[in-house]
Amino acid sequence: MTSEPLTSAQPDGRRHVVVVGGGMVAQRFVEALRARDTAGEWRVSLFAEEPRKPYDRVGLTRYFEVRDAEELTLGDPALWDDPLVDLHRDCKVVAIDREARTVTDRLGTVHAYDELVLATGSNAARPPIPGNELPGVFVYRTIDDVAELRGWVEAKREANKVTTRGGVVEKPVRGAVIGGGLLGLEAAGALKALGAQATVIEFGTHLMGVQVDLGGGQALKRLINDKGIAVRAETATKEMKPHRRTGHVGRMDFADGGRLDVDVVVMATGVRPRDELARSAGLPIGERGGAVVDLTCRTEDPHVWAIGEVACIEGRCLGLVAPGNTMAEVVVDRLLGGDAEFPGADTATKLKLSGVDVASFGDAHGRTEDCIEIVWADPTAGVYKKLVMSDDARTLLGGVFVGDAAPYASLRPMLGAELPGDPAAFLLPEGGGAPDLELPDEANVCSCNNVSAGTIRGAVTDHDCTSVGDVKSCTRAGTTCGACLPLVKKITETEMAKAGIEVSTALCEHFALSRAQLFDAVRVADLHSFSEIIERFGVRAEPSASPGRGSAAGRDSAGLASPLLHRGCDICKPVVGSILASLGNGHILSGEQAALQDTNDHMLANMQKDGTYSVVPRMPGGEVTPEGLIVVGQVAKDFGLYTKITGGQRIDMFGARVEQLPEIWKRLVDAGFESGHAYGKSLRTVKSCVGSTWCRYGVQDSVGMAVELELRYRGLRSPHKLKMGVSGCARECAEARGKDVGVIATDKGWNVYVGGNGGQTPKHAQLLAEDLTSDEMLRAIDRFLMLYIRTADRLQRTAPWVEEYEGGLDAIREVILADSLGIADDLDAAMAAHVEGYEDEWKAVLEDPEKLARFGSFVNAPTTPDPTLAYVAERGQKRPATPEEIAAGPDGPVDPSLTGPVLVAGATLEVRA
Amino acid sequence: MTVTDAHTDPTVDRWTAVCRLDDLVPERGVAALLERSDGTAVQVAIFRLLDDSVRAVQQLDPYSGAHVMSRGIVGSRGEEPTVASPVYKQVFALATGRCLEAGGKTPRPGLGAHLEPFAAEVRDGVVHVDVAGPA
Repeated sequence: MTSEPLTSAQPDGRRHVVVVGGGMVAQRFVEALRARDTAGEWRVSLFAEEPRKPYDRVGLTRYFEVRDAEELTLGDPALWDDPLVDLHRDCKVVAIDREARTVTDRLGTVHAYDELVLATGSNAARPPIPGNELPGVFVYRTIDDVAELRGWVEAKREANKVTTRGGVVEKPVRGAVIGGGLLGLEAAGALKALGAQATVIEFGTHLMGVQVDLGGGQALKRLINDKGIAVRAETATKEMKPHRRTGHVGRMDFADGGRLDVDVVVMATGVRPRDELARSAGLPIGERGGAVVDLTCRTEDPHVWAIGEVACIEGRCLGLVAPGNTMAEVVVDRLLGGDAEFPGADTATKLKLSGVDVASFGDAHGRTEDCIEIVWADPTAGVYKKLVMSDDARTLLGGVFVGDAAPYASLRPMLGAELPGDPAAFLLPEGGGAPDLELPDEANVCSCNNVSAGTIRGAVTDHDCTSVGDVKSCTRAGTTCGACLPLVKKITETEMAKAGIEVSTALCEHFALSRAQLFDAVRVADLHSFSEIIERFGVRAEPSASPGRGSAAGRDSAGLASPLLHRGCDICKPVVGSILASLGNGHILSGEQAALQDTNDHMLANMQKDGTYSVVPRMPGGEVTPEGLIVVGQVAKDFGLYTKITGGQRIDMFGARVEQLPEIWKRLVDAGFESGHAYGKSLRTVKSCVGSTWCRYGVQDSVGMAVELELRYRGLRSPHKLKMGVSGCARECAEARGKDVGVIATDKGWNVYVGGNGGQTPKHAQLLAEDLTSDEMLRAIDRFLMLYIRTADRLQRTAPWVEEYEGGLDAIREVILADSLGIADDLDAAMAAHVEGYEDEWKAVLEDPEKLARFGSFVNAPTTPDPTLAYVAERGQKRPATPEEIAAGPDGPVDPSLTGPVLVAGATLEVRA
Repeated sequence: MTVTDAHTDPTVDRWTAVCRLDDLVPERGVAALLERSDGTAVQVAIFRLLDDSVRAVQQLDPYSGAHVMSRGIVGSRGEEPTVASPVYKQVFALATGRCLEAGGKTPRPGLGAHLEPFAAEVRDGVVHVDVAGPA
């Protein structure tokens, strides 16, 4: 047995708080402590039983979509790198010695504490039904539970394949969930998502009996049935019996004599606080379990606290994350000398099952004396809404929403406050005339993170937030379950309007339209030049700009000033250039379009810091022949270019001067290369792993697919750059989920993920569709890209676009796979036109003397290099000299031989028309 | 083309003929390599506006230190014709060289915040620029 020194005082005088448990509330405690303890008074150690960082248990069902445990990790991962935070994973605490103020972990190590916080949470209950330990009976609590359930259902699906004379028939996997509460319905949704049948067995009279009244429960049953999930209410399970042959769970027998054949059962009947440590440490335990604490969350021992589901506060344990987070904040405040108290539990809940809107808050069952219930029900649509009001019908006491939870976000924070006007107005379908609610500052908007309306308003007025995104990162509102986001958005926008901050989507002073609006306008009006577009849709000059008024310099004044007005700028011109290019208007340097292109597009190369360019030929899928490599190497050598391999599996050549570009392109084009569009807001590369053609593990030809995708979408202009990736198996060596579009091979086809990116705010792409054939996949990507191109904002990458698209990824999926907007044919036709109209932009310039003429260094000396360029040698290549190196003069490191034309032999081009 | 005492002698033509107006694309710039009266080389960015008038400013972008202004996007702020640096996107008035939007950046050490403007005009289809004065 090893042991730390038992004196808790740190050499630096810091005190030590030990947190037992690694769940959501424990994470919140550590996060809040580190945020508020700015003086660094406390060092915190967290002991987690699971081998993971604290993750979002509320979002567990999402694990089926994201399939990546890391994705559910809570908060900023940098928290665990904080030197004052120690995270011990897979390190359960097994004993507490309150006298010595130490805990012992499962490895036998003893750790001293000054203060101890119990956040051990709870266990999924396994009701004492005979057969509850049979193989195939699961609980639904941790990532491992969910992963095991998934594995079981997939194995059963394989086993249920029966070969008949007619071919292979797949018998469905039959699943049942015991418990019709919040968790039970999420588990049933998870079974459906896995392709299993699901029946929910509820002992009580109706689903979600804790949160919803009978009327709401009946409406909810209809909604759940519509999702293909069966419901048996008022049913007690007597026994689960094994299958005769396999010994796995095979049948459920009910008290009413009924029975159900099953392949898998999930028990979701509730949770039990994990209070065994508190018990063995001799702390008082509540009647139904849990460590008893007062309103400061302190147990009987002044140095031991309990928070979250293990705490028995006001006589009960609370199985929701919001009150747990509040408790965490209370204890942090106390440790830092504050006097916070638990304000009472906010038990508002919202079901997170796609397509089923259920929410309740406050006194949902109308148990307050003399209260009035106002109900609005539409049984055919499966809608049930109820408000519980005080006897004078003015104060809001609670509410239930089934089938339409839209009023929930704005009404919940009004709990206990007076509603303006007729309360029934709030229950009518959208636009029913409910007055706008002006929330009091103290109203709690985000219950997960305990953020009030006042805090959100303050974020706008005092912290310069000008978007919902800013407010989210500033206040944490809406960052956990997201149910309050519509309200956060509304408050933010109202406050910005009040503060006189214009909520404008206008591109710039020349266009009042957003990029998406302008795109539609240009497409529908069938316009093809900037002049036509600004004439038709641009902001009009003020009438005061009378004809004949001189330009700013007073030159050329006779009637020539007006054409100069409102001629666009560096914001709107590239946007229009991109829109025109997306709509197929020929070469981007043709005619008037040439003046619209941004720096890099204008030269079809990437400008570097000294004004020279880098050149990237396309290498589709990262594939290149030895001959191709030799050509690239020879070109770089002849033109004295610095070479580097890019992150997108191709080769970048730096230091090319304007006047050299056409000569470089000619050499590359002659060898069969084309522009790699490294300069464009357009498809860059499709990265791939080597795939099934060489790899031992590959299940599909990822390189072949990457080449096909790159050739299909090359040159496609979009609101921002686009990157793609293709992996040949689930090992994901191409890192496709870090791309705007990622394709991962399965043994049945391809999974398509969208909305990923690297960079400053990395995002993993989310699953759009599974097991598609190659043709289905191309169609899905065609539509995804076209929808993005048409509706995204200027410089908005796919990840924020997906997030801000009305209805999110689900709505995008409906447009793409189910043609919910009826525009699929149009999107397909637009992509077909792009594929048909593609041409290599470099080659087109080489063939056009007029365009070629623009690639001279000086109009009066087209082949003279910029005399100010200076380079020094480094690691065998050149790099731009720093100002200090240039200032050092002839004796300095600048090497003139690296600047001059190195080209000895090679093509010469007539660059003057 | 350079005359040694051009700056002080009013009878001497201070204008340099640079190129034909037709060599310029409307609303884009070109670079020209010229010489001041004291014999030092100066790079000038020349822009053709939609009314076929021309403007000239220094080619050196003070915020990046690179000679690139001719490759910026021509536009307008209010009624003022402008050019945006192709490197860090500062916006300058074409007529005066004044920096209208610095984008929170400061010029490189030793360089001013604004561009030096040069008089420019078109005579008989030929663009002329006056760079005779000292820097």
